Amino acid sequence: MKSLGSIRRSFAPWNDSSAKPYISFKNVTKRFGDFTAVDDLSLDIYNREFFALLGASGCGKSTLLRMLAGFETPTSGQIILDGQDLSQTPPYRRPVNMMFQSYALFPHMTVEKNIGFGLKQDGMPKDQIAYRVAQMLKLVKLEKFASRKPHQLSGGQRQRVALARSLAKQPKVLLLDEPLGALDKKLREETQFELMDLQQDLGLTFVVVTHDQEEAMTMADRIAVMSAGKVVQVATPAEIYEAPNSRFVADFIGDVNIFDGNVVSSEGGKTQIAVSEDLTIVAEQNGSGPASGAAAFAIRPEKVRIAREAPANPGFNAVKGEIWDIGYLGDMTIYIVKLASGQTVRASRLNASRELENPIGYDEEVWVSFDDNAGVVLKD
Amino acid sequence: MNRMSRFNVTAIALGFAFLYLPILLLIIYSFNESKLVTVWAGFSTKWYREVWNNQGLMDAAWVTIRVGLLAATVATVLGTLAALALTRFTKFRGRTLFSGMVYAPLVMPDVIIGLSLLLLFVAAGFDRGFWTITMAHITLTMCFVTVVVQSRLLSMDRSIEEAAMDLGATPLKTFLQVTLPVIAPAVVSGWMLAFTLSLDDLVIANFTSGPGATTLPMKIYSQVRLGVTPEINAVSTILVAIVATGVIIASVLTKRREVQRRRDEQAAFAQ
Ligand SMILES: Nc1ncnc2c1ncn2[C@@H]1O[C@H](COP(=O)(O)OP(=O)(O)OP(=O)(O)O)[C@@H](O)[C@H]1O
Ligand SMILES: [Mg+2]
Repeated sequence: MKSLGSIRRSFAPWNDSSAKPYISFKNVTKRFGDFTAVDDLSLDIYNREFFALLGASGCGKSTLLRMLAGFETPTSGQIILDGQDLSQTPPYRRPVNMMFQSYALFPHMTVEKNIGFGLKQDGMPKDQIAYRVAQMLKLVKLEKFASRKPHQLSGGQRQRVALARSLAKQPKVLLLDEPLGALDKKLREETQFELMDLQQDLGLTFVVVTHDQEEAMTMADRIAVMSAGKVVQVATPAEIYEAPNSRFVADFIGDVNIFDGNVVSSEGGKTQIAVSEDLTIVAEQNGSGPASGAAAFAIRPEKVRIAREAPANPGFNAVKGEIWDIGYLGDMTIYIVKLASGQTVRASRLNASRELENPIGYDEEVWVSFDDNAGVVLKD
Repeated sequence: MNRMSRFNVTAIALGFAFLYLPILLLIIYSFNESKLVTVWAGFSTKWYREVWNNQGLMDAAWVTIRVGLLAATVATVLGTLAALALTRFTKFRGRTLFSGMVYAPLVMPDVIIGLSLLLLFVAAGFDRGFWTITMAHITLTMCFVTVVVQSRLLSMDRSIEEAAMDLGATPLKTFLQVTLPVIAPAVVSGWMLAFTLSLDDLVIANFTSGPGATTLPMKIYSQVRLGVTPEINAVSTILVAIVATGVIIASVLTKRREVQRRRDEQAAFAQ
């Protein structure tokens, strides 16, 4: 058997220009009164993809899912599923199931009945329903709670019932709105991997909304970062992290240091940015960086080095500062360095050995440096 | 818990006396031996036997119950539909007018409802009697059902209906399998309210009834004008007993469900 990892590594239909998207949002806009919740959004999702929507609260993630499920009609634009325009299809005929953010369990039905509801609507025979329900209960570890009513369950248990109910029909597309928000860390991680396995095994397309970037990074093939009703970037987790296309994305995903400056030269595949009197950044050019004018350089804390000794070429990708704060996190330590310009820089260091000899301490003078391919140049 | 002060005890006692003393007197005198209502002459149940043998009273009671059951049932169906229309389809044309019109009977004086219905029935050439009273009572009680059911619908989580449709239930199946069971308690209390209102009504029934269809309140009222008899006390006591039993059963049921629910919730969070 192939491992999950090797299957996933070879899965990249978005790079294949002949692959047809399974779900397409085409210039979709949704207005509530004069408030625009989703703004001229276009997005392609491929068959068997595990797709995550990431964004701040209120940016329109749920609205997007609700339009796909059929509970909201787009003000303009088209939603295409498997080659068919969905606008005339009512929710109960769409091959899409949704797990609701509010769980939306039927309060008058037992856990079993809740999970079996969709199967019953399809007219599945009773014994098959019972079998599938038992399978689902096992999956979400709620066998003991089969005959309880929703109000007899804790928040996390309810969430698992909602998950089981949406999975029971094994729809072609499963929409999950914050599926794991109420679970504790351990159960959450377990469920993440179970969801990934399930999605692979059944060959389903998952669209997951989450607040939690770590969760999105772990589970998704691709992530769409949303802001104010628009998609800012769609890319694989690694691309989003290593090559954010805007300051917003860089800032939103993980920790980042951003240096603002002006482009002084842009030639030979390198961009030079003047940041302050004592620092000029030389960075490899990449797609989204400007060739002149204001620019920003974004670099992740783990790619920033700190040392007591001056590097070979001070002033270029290296600058002096003073340790301002130290945060010990166990597996790594975060150093916050204050530069002469007043800006602070975060640098993280893995604690690879148990005892550091002569560790860098508070108020020490240090050099902060990085490689020219360690960060990205962004527009302003 | 705080012990109640003497002032509180007095206030409560006075309040209850004000509410229930008249009814208590009525019940006591229904067991009076004497034919004179205000003179106590010993305990007896003979007036209850008299009621049983009084064909006129029994007929009126029967009419009242039939009108009540039918009117309450029809009003509950229509009222529930109106409540659904008002909460679920928020954008249809003339919604404001419709909701205003649904609630109008709530504030309209009974005399005016009665009079206008009378005019309608006369103009339409209906024979007044059982059916006209029933129709009038449907008109009267429907809006109460709507109010009760609507408030339940508003507080209900809409997303469970969406979830049902998402799982493949058509709108009709969604209503029958999800919405109705969830709002059932409100529908039942709407029905009980409608039934009681119909049982109570004197004014509208007076306008819309005809020969051969006299309701119990009408009968009692007309007899009282000839003088209160212990028989009337007995009928009234029976009515009070019926209503009280209904109220007690309803509140015990709600209470028990509430207690059960709380126990369940505690059990769920205890583990
Ligand atoms: N029915 C509605 N009427 C008016 N405004 C709405 C409605 N539904 C959503 N909105 C607005 O649209 C915006 C997007 O809402 P949405 O629920 O999609 O956010 P979200 O990204 O899912 O947020 P969260 O992460 O908090 O769930 C919000 O500002 C919300 O107030
Ligand atoms: Mg949401």
